[in-house]
Amino acid sequence: MSEETSEIKLTVNGDLITKIVNVRQHLVDFLRLELGLTGSHLGCEHGICGACSVWVDGLVVRGCLMLAVQADGGDVTTIEGLTETGEIADLQKNFVDRNALQCGFCTPGMLMTLAELLRKSELSSREEIREHISGNYCRCTGYHAIVDAVETTISDRLGDS
Amino acid sequence: MANKTTPLTILDRPNSYIGRSLSREGAKRAVAGRGRYTDDISLPRMLHAAFVRSPYAHAKILAVNVDEARQQPEVTLVMTGTELQELCTGPWIGTLSSFEGMKSAPQYPMAIGRACWQGEPIVMVVASSRAAAEDAAEFVTIEYEQLPVVADKETALDPECPIIHPELGDNLAFRKVIDNGDVKQGLADADIVIEETFQFGRHTAVSLETRALLADYEPTDGHLTIYTSSQVPHMIQAVFARTLGVAEHKVRIIAPDIGGSFGLKIHTYGDEVATTAASIKLGRPVKFIADRLESFLTDIHARENRVWGRIGVSKEGEIKSLEIDVRSAAGAYSQFPRTSVFEANQILNITGGPYKHKNYKAKTEVVYLNKVPTSQYRAVGHPIGNSVGEALVDQAAEACGIDPLEMRRRNIMEDDQYPRVSAAGIKLQDMSHQQCLEALAKHMDYENLRVEQDKFRKKGIQRGIGIAAFIKGTAPGPAGYYGTGGAPIASQDACTIKLEPSGGVICMIGVTDQGQGVDTVMCQIAASVLGLRAESVRVIEGDTDAVPYGGGTYASRATAIGGEATYQASLLLRKEILSIAGTLLQAEPITLDIVDENVVNKSDNQIRISVSEIGRIGHFQVAELPNNIQPTLSVTYRYRLHDALYIFTNGIQGAYVEVDIDTGFIKLLNHWVVEDCGRVISPQLADEQVRGGCVQGIGGALYEECVYNEAAQLQNGTLADYLTPMAGEMPDINVYHIQTPTSVSELGAKGVGESGTGAAPAVLMNAVNDALRPFDACVTKQPMTPETVLASLGTV
Repeated sequence: MSEETSEIKLTVNGDLITKIVNVRQHLVDFLRLELGLTGSHLGCEHGICGACSVWVDGLVVRGCLMLAVQADGGDVTTIEGLTETGEIADLQKNFVDRNALQCGFCTPGMLMTLAELLRKSELSSREEIREHISGNYCRCTGYHAIVDAVETTISDRLGDS
Repeated sequence: MANKTTPLTILDRPNSYIGRSLSREGAKRAVAGRGRYTDDISLPRMLHAAFVRSPYAHAKILAVNVDEARQQPEVTLVMTGTELQELCTGPWIGTLSSFEGMKSAPQYPMAIGRACWQGEPIVMVVASSRAAAEDAAEFVTIEYEQLPVVADKETALDPECPIIHPELGDNLAFRKVIDNGDVKQGLADADIVIEETFQFGRHTAVSLETRALLADYEPTDGHLTIYTSSQVPHMIQAVFARTLGVAEHKVRIIAPDIGGSFGLKIHTYGDEVATTAASIKLGRPVKFIADRLESFLTDIHARENRVWGRIGVSKEGEIKSLEIDVRSAAGAYSQFPRTSVFEANQILNITGGPYKHKNYKAKTEVVYLNKVPTSQYRAVGHPIGNSVGEALVDQAAEACGIDPLEMRRRNIMEDDQYPRVSAAGIKLQDMSHQQCLEALAKHMDYENLRVEQDKFRKKGIQRGIGIAAFIKGTAPGPAGYYGTGGAPIASQDACTIKLEPSGGVICMIGVTDQGQGVDTVMCQIAASVLGLRAESVRVIEGDTDAVPYGGGTYASRATAIGGEATYQASLLLRKEILSIAGTLLQAEPITLDIVDENVVNKSDNQIRISVSEIGRIGHFQVAELPNNIQPTLSVTYRYRLHDALYIFTNGIQGAYVEVDIDTGFIKLLNHWVVEDCGRVISPQLADEQVRGGCVQGIGGALYEECVYNEAAQLQNGTLADYLTPMAGEMPDINVYHIQTPTSVSELGAKGVGESGTGAAPAVLMNAVNDALRPFDACVTKQPMTPETVLASLGTV
């Protein structure tokens, strides 16, 4: 099968990128294979597990359900970029301190999803935290420690403000 | 921590890291998206493998045409099963001599002439990208003749059932009977006899990172490097080297970050061997990453069992006899080299394991089906054995009019009666059922919870309380099944520990980390013994070129076996450091200690010399030492169990659920675990093993099942169709530890990784049935889907 290609221009973690991509390549393969951003993971390529969650234009998307060409002109943020901004440094520290991850494969997607919750700057119950990450599959932790880490982060932020 | 049976050791000192929760270095990388998993590694000239797999559960392969596939762009190699066979030293036969009478047919990494399960690899396509390999794979044409399918374990041994491997004579893999005490007499002595049949669905591990392998063969010197998501690097080294005829010592296995494993990744898979063979043939790196459909179709499966059970009790609730009959489903072959009969064997070993009864009869038949092979998955056999045993105890309690907690109180083994042998013939020691039970009652506030349950019942809300005691086999010894049975799997494990010239310590271990925190635990042990800060100890694991030979991580063995090796190696290194210090300081080593990176006087804690100075002198200025003292500052220690089959642990779980009797939905309200893994090195890591394990068990109990139709076609090969536990439905899980150190090691640690999984299905089934009790309904099938619950109520 000969590959149909297309040129795309987009911002990834603040860098302007121009690339010719195969039109059938999804966003996470593009990020991982073309840009070396291996922090976004593929768990199911079906939009279920959430391991590939990245931000496009400020919204969390399943990177496996979006084609790279669909991100043309967009602003993409991955775990690498979000880490560099320091926006969720407290959440990341609380994940480590509370051991809210084991194998870590779901963690980047989990954090991208949780960053959205933290931006609301609202007190969230444990049920609400659980609901917010109910599209992110974690086989290791059983979720309890993740909820703890998020709860601590939110209460610290609200306590500080 | 210490109790009356263990003297205080170096680990109990105030500055010890033992019993403290340190954060994991790997976690810091993972949260920044800097984890390095197998698929994140790329090598120059790397190629990618994709597979053409059998669409049928059983079919003769009449013709394989790969000519057109070979002509496709970017394709480097197309290999059939027959071509791969020529590169193999011989077939695998998945038997162990430790399982007397078991049989299995020879198998090659890819099917030759016949496919015996849907998903069995038949042709490998290697191309410059996975996409190109998949494109080309579409041009492979295979002509099949469908053969009769054996899909149902219940009829697999019937005379009219087709035989999958005619040379075996029937579809039986293994039969075993345990008959201890006198069950007939026990039944005669019983006032009440209960019998029930239970069904358990087929599960798979569903690690988020799928199976992954990158093979890199160097043709000039014959060295083979394999990066792979594996728990057992040395076993992979041995099996791959022997299968492909490469010298074992020239094979290096690197297990980078592992994205979940759960037993799935202690096995060998044909497509991974094929990928490695491609690298050897081409002299180029070849990568294979299973996609999710391939994972569901070809990862090992587990748990598919039907168990009949019968319990006899006196009217006072004393268990007089217990019997089980287990029909266990394997796949088309017994998994090589760990076999497919462990699950059944463990069910026999542990059912009714917490209790004092003497009369026990257990029988199993493991049968072959035209499905993907089954094998060890987290808590092998325990979810089934515990579910059956604990359900029968609950039913007996109800028949006697005794509260389920009280029923267990009357029957569990007494804490002061060890060592002893269970009715199944298992040697048990250092256990604490009574302490665990009373702790659970307290933490659950059991009496008040019963009151609350009654209040809700009066309002028409059906809540249930479940209790399930358990034993768990951890850390197998060499007297057990693998090495004794002929498999290249070590039950010993080792630590090599070195003092570097800088004063830093390198600790290399044969056990491996998949995010549980094995490396952190070893760091805590070594730093505590050596009187160093944790930052001064670096742990290396998962690289056969670096670490001493070991079994890797399986069966909750890492801390129990690898931890003791690290402890003893650290003690020996400490002894040498103090000996050198004594020579330099003209002091008796026994008068010296190491505290906070310095050798000090034991008497007054005065600093005498730093550990880094010992490292420097020991490597660069050896002339300061007499000629008869040659520092090695490097120790390897190997540890194994002696006579014990396993280090058994024990514990008890409690669950509180609400069942909607109109919809059959089960809501999890609360969950408690009290378990005894001996000495706890890191409380937080131990707790999280239990929590994650519980949720994995809950998944199996409520949601998960690989559904096959009559043609043995998998019906739910995506994460959209195979339901796993997600955050929204899971409860918080309260974890408590009773610490009875094992007497087989000085460290005193037992395994903890599977205790949650082993008993969570049992406690949930008991809780659900407690909720259904007013309706005279009883669920005996897992997963307990809403439909199953409604069927038990007779409403569907």
